[in-house]
Amino acid sequence: MKRLLASQAFASVRRLLRAYPSLLRVGLADMLAYRAEFLVWILSMNMPLIMMALWTAVAADGPMGRFGQREFVAYYLGMLIVRILTGSWLVWELTMEIRRGTLAMRLLRPIHPLWAFSAMQLAAVPMRALVISPLIGVLYWVAGASLPMHDPERLAILVASIAGAWVLLFLVMAVIGMLAAYVESALSVFDLWLGAQAILSGFLVPLELMPPWVARLARVLPFRYILGFPVETLIGLESDAVALHELGIQWLFVAGALAMTLLLWRKALQRFAAFGG
Amino acid sequence: MTVKQTLHRYARLLLVQLRTSLTLAVQYRFDFFLEGVLALLWLGITLVPLMVVFAQRTTVAGWSYPEALVVVGLFSVLKAVLDGAITPSLNHVVDGIRKGTLDFILLKPADAQFLVSTARFDPWRVLDLFGSVAIVLYALRRLHHVPSVWEALTGCALFSVAILLIYSLWILVVSLSFRVVKVDNLSYLFMSIFDAGRWPIHVFKGALRVLFTVVFPLALMTTYPAQALLGHLSLTHALLAGTGGLLFAGCARWIWQRSLQAYTSASS
Repeated sequence: MKRLLASQAFASVRRLLRAYPSLLRVGLADMLAYRAEFLVWILSMNMPLIMMALWTAVAADGPMGRFGQREFVAYYLGMLIVRILTGSWLVWELTMEIRRGTLAMRLLRPIHPLWAFSAMQLAAVPMRALVISPLIGVLYWVAGASLPMHDPERLAILVASIAGAWVLLFLVMAVIGMLAAYVESALSVFDLWLGAQAILSGFLVPLELMPPWVARLARVLPFRYILGFPVETLIGLESDAVALHELGIQWLFVAGALAMTLLLWRKALQRFAAFGG
Repeated sequence: MTVKQTLHRYARLLLVQLRTSLTLAVQYRFDFFLEGVLALLWLGITLVPLMVVFAQRTTVAGWSYPEALVVVGLFSVLKAVLDGAITPSLNHVVDGIRKGTLDFILLKPADAQFLVSTARFDPWRVLDLFGSVAIVLYALRRLHHVPSVWEALTGCALFSVAILLIYSLWILVVSLSFRVVKVDNLSYLFMSIFDAGRWPIHVFKGALRVLFTVVFPLALMTTYPAQALLGHLSLTHALLAGTGGLLFAGCARWIWQRSLQAYTSASS
């Protein structure tokens, strides 16, 4: 019996590995088909640029803490880069598919829908990286010395932190999206999340410029590990030791979110069966 | 039909449309109420950068904290109007373009732009309206500034132009949606740019300032009315802003009509 289960699990992993490249290709084709929308989405990520304009105007009269004009430019460029690389549409797709019942089609396929969703989102990442490469150039020009270009250890931490941010946001969206099986207003819940994230992730204001208790609070909440932490690692605001420690915390949050996703997925699916009939 | 009869007819139409929206809002009261409350919450969240900045500085780009608060307050009033009376209709018409149901609206014997613009309202946004007006009043109180009659008049006039402007920009977005069908992202983009209006225009330098004054006239929507209320705006600037706004609205109407002519419906 045990062996049978093991071989089943093995078969499903093999099936996933075989199908995943095709799923990625489909995702890429889908993104290319809606390229205008993709461009519009990139353009709508302009909030960091507005904040950059504001803070450089403020810093014109002298630096705030460790932040002078140059640091603000680097920080918000980094924020823009991380935001675009790790962004995801899962919560909107999931709530829509649950409401319309089209999730049922995905359940018929022999691959877990979350894997399929992840392929759709991942497929867009290379294209996004291409679009933001000029930004990386500007960032290098502004803050070349503090970037982890020649430090393999910090580069590794950076890559892991961006990957962690992507997975964490994806899983959070999965959890909130699955709430749509229970309540009409799952998207409002996500709005709440976004509101908290705007403040507690360093998206609007770098956390070290916030009152100290806010900055402390942010360290024990997940929001910062979705945006602020990778950005701070990117522009070298943190020492390697601290960054490594926080990387551990980030992946703990990822593990927690994964457990919640799997649990809620099972529960929500039972409710969903009543939806689509 | 005389002008008076036409006006009477459109007023009655507006009432009917309002009643439909009210029925909807009462039907889905929890969702709409939640959205209103969430918007209030966002209002608080977006005040945070302002507070952090002014905790360290007394002025930014020549604006003191209460003065900047007037701009934020006016921005929020505008946003409440946008979310309550403009965006719901936008989403409705965009949906119509995609599904082809816009044809039903075009067939009706009334001005299409009027029908499209009054299709949906979200009455719960009145909550945000009150919150925003409270911010403006609080800021004026902190400044110990009571606008003179002239200041209040120019402020209100410019703010009406601002509403006209935001509506025109919206009509432009809808015109665009005749070509780019999947417009969810487009309205998202619109809102993200509009968000910059919460800051006085003097914060922005160079290209951004030109962009936000002429192309996407955020300066005319929040900074100028606020300056008028505070008595910092010269008459020439006020006149320029007013004329510019009206011109912009005229252009938007013209482009809308052009787009409508090019519209070929979903079925053909």
